[in-house]
Amino acid sequence: MSIQIKLFASLAESLQRREATLDFEQGMTVGSVWSNLSAGADAPDEIMAAINMAYCEMETQLQDGDELAFFPPVTGG
Amino acid sequence: MTVIIFDKPFDPWDELQRYQDQHAEMVGRFGATAVFVGSMRDFNENENVHAMTLEHYPGMTERHLEVICEAAVKQWQLLETLVIHRVGDLQPGEPIVLVAVWSAHRAAAFEASRHIMEDLKSKAPFWKKESLNNGHRWVSKNTPGTT
Repeated sequence: MSIQIKLFASLAESLQRREATLDFEQGMTVGSVWSNLSAGADAPDEIMAAINMAYCEMETQLQDGDELAFFPPVTGG
Repeated sequence: MTVIIFDKPFDPWDELQRYQDQHAEMVGRFGATAVFVGSMRDFNENENVHAMTLEHYPGMTERHLEVICEAAVKQWQLLETLVIHRVGDLQPGEPIVLVAVWSAHRAAAFEASRHIMEDLKSKAPFWKKESLNNGHRWVSKNTPGTT
């Protein structure tokens, strides 16, 4: 009963971690997980999130066993 | 349709030739090949850039690029697509990305290659960190794809 969290790039540096595990709770959203990780700090305006490697919104609800990733705007190419 | 992530330098022209040689079934069917190669500059936003590190999200990056290419193949009836992207430590001048598409006619090739490249720039999970004269910085956004 857990959520696996991944952080990338500048977000990983600012939170000083690249991975985390949280106990799953019914009704958890992407936004509530961010609040938990960041000790209540607002999410950066342009933060991006993905559940199981597919883009999602901060309001999206999580399921037990999901992999949730947070990252800044992408800058490849 | 192939997507490759390299953690070492690559020669886009060698990769292009090899890929085309491996797809002999296309010979005679394609009349247009559009190729985009993006390389690392030694400057950005009025600063000298000595080196760069490219981070990605293993699994999601490849999956996202495959979805982009599958959609482009359907939309423009492409014969083949090849996308190669570097990760890891880069030096100025090194290729970062190759996007190549093969189609019967040039309109589809031009439009599809641009579409794939612009989607990659805005949605594929890669992040650049630059080494400057006075430390490092994460690139916060890409430049626009139109002039």
